[in-house]
Amino acid sequence: MSFFKAENLSIQFGGVKAVTNVSFEVQQGEVFTIIGPNGAGKTTIFNLISLIYPPTSGRITFEGREITGMTPHRVANLGIARTFQNIELFEHASVLQNLLIGRHNHTATRLWQELLFMPSVRRAEIEHREAVEKVIDFLDLQHHRDSMVAGLPYGVRKVVELGRALCIGPKLLLLDEPSSGLNPEETDDMAFWIEDIKKDLGVTVLMVEHDMSLVSRVSDRVLALAQGEMLSIGTSREVQSDPKVIEAYLGKPE
Amino acid sequence: MAQFLQLTFSGIAIGCVYALVALGFVLIYKATETVNFAQGDLMMLGGFFAYTATTLIGLPYWVGIILALIAMALFGMLTERIVLRPVLGQAQFTVVMVTIGVGYVARGVVTMMPGWGTDTFKIVTPFAEQVVHIGGAALALDQLMIIVDTAVLCLILFLFFRYSRIGIAMQATSQNQLAAYYMGIPVRRINTLIWGLSAAVAAFAGILLAPITFVHANMGFIGLKAFPAAVVGGFGSIPGAIVGGLIIGLVESFAGFYLPEGFKDIAAYIVVLLVLMFKPSGLFGEKLRKKV
Repeated sequence: MSFFKAENLSIQFGGVKAVTNVSFEVQQGEVFTIIGPNGAGKTTIFNLISLIYPPTSGRITFEGREITGMTPHRVANLGIARTFQNIELFEHASVLQNLLIGRHNHTATRLWQELLFMPSVRRAEIEHREAVEKVIDFLDLQHHRDSMVAGLPYGVRKVVELGRALCIGPKLLLLDEPSSGLNPEETDDMAFWIEDIKKDLGVTVLMVEHDMSLVSRVSDRVLALAQGEMLSIGTSREVQSDPKVIEAYLGKPE
Repeated sequence: MAQFLQLTFSGIAIGCVYALVALGFVLIYKATETVNFAQGDLMMLGGFFAYTATTLIGLPYWVGIILALIAMALFGMLTERIVLRPVLGQAQFTVVMVTIGVGYVARGVVTMMPGWGTDTFKIVTPFAEQVVHIGGAALALDQLMIIVDTAVLCLILFLFFRYSRIGIAMQATSQNQLAAYYMGIPVRRINTLIWGLSAAVAAFAGILLAPITFVHANMGFIGLKAFPAAVVGGFGSIPGAIVGGLIIGLVESFAGFYLPEGFKDIAAYIVVLLVLMFKPSGLFGEKLRKKV
């Protein structure tokens, strides 16, 4: 049984074939990256995987269970977390509150217990706070714990979003262009964290990324797309030296 | 002095009702970005449900009220599920027209129902015609109960939004639906629940108002006073809706006594104009600047 599997995914918007027959498997514990030139269908694939769009055809399975057609909130319950290219945080809440929302799925207390603030609720609350504090330490967010998200610089918000995804306690983490909008130093930190997420937390990472230095540094395997079709799959080096990939990025040699 | 106290008191009492209807607007607006023009009519239906339970069926007052609230919560959820969800994602204008339609239909159906009709009905409360004397002012117990009940409801709502899992999920949904989905929050179900909550709050307002203005098919037009309340508070702020409601209630009460006749009905709108001129986002409004 494979950990995560996409089979013959295709999606059409009207007459436009955005993604055609894409299949791949992600092994547990690896970092799998999807690359491609602009307009290759990276983000579309990503939205298919995270179930924002239903595919026109094909299916997606996670831990042997078909997830195509599920609503996005059920996916979170299965242990798949995601971040967004343009950051989707709860703007009018503190960093801590954002991270605590990540614990939503792990909350099993009842409404009346919560309103009466029963001991069981208090215990659960402390547990959640501890889980969140671990993530705060992991990502060095201590200074920003009580800051409002709306006032934070872009680079920090990106990290907060990564942290919130980690608070879900995911088995599979989907990262949509984790380095977009970051300066080289912040990109470097991001690469470290992705490596640590894989090694220390044992979370499988599936990401879409265009920064090739980040890609070659952290990825175990890479899938290259162009015009919605699969070009090449393999290690980062294999894919980058594949003539078809070079052609897609740089054009045909004259 | 006694006069002033009396006016303040009745202003706060009626302000509480405005506040609750405004609160209903704000809940739905924050979560779904829809302005629900049927909010006043939900309040009216709540009044009729309570009238049916207590007077027509003859249940004890508190039992009748609780049943009416539950029935209205279900009605609100059904409205969202059946009428509003199909137009989800359509233009704002479409959604607003649908809510206006819901209001008209509610008013029409009420006048057609046997036992309801176009008459004015009275709900007899356990406090009817009792008076409390405070500092020389005679205060009707019915009005005092409006204030007490509103305060209790606000406290419960505060605890609900602050501490309960589902209340926090509602807040999250109102801030960012997409992110809420990926936190595992069933956004659509939450929206349905918010309509239920909002309808129940409106019904509560109708039940509180019933001893003062009685229950009739057009009592929903008080919603037109709740709009200014929500705007004064800053559309989208829950504490703002409460404070806005109280301000409108007080202003109306004083304008009715100290100013020439006619001012009572327009006082609320003058306040809105002033607030919009000097503080366009309302007293508690979030200052949102578009980031480019």
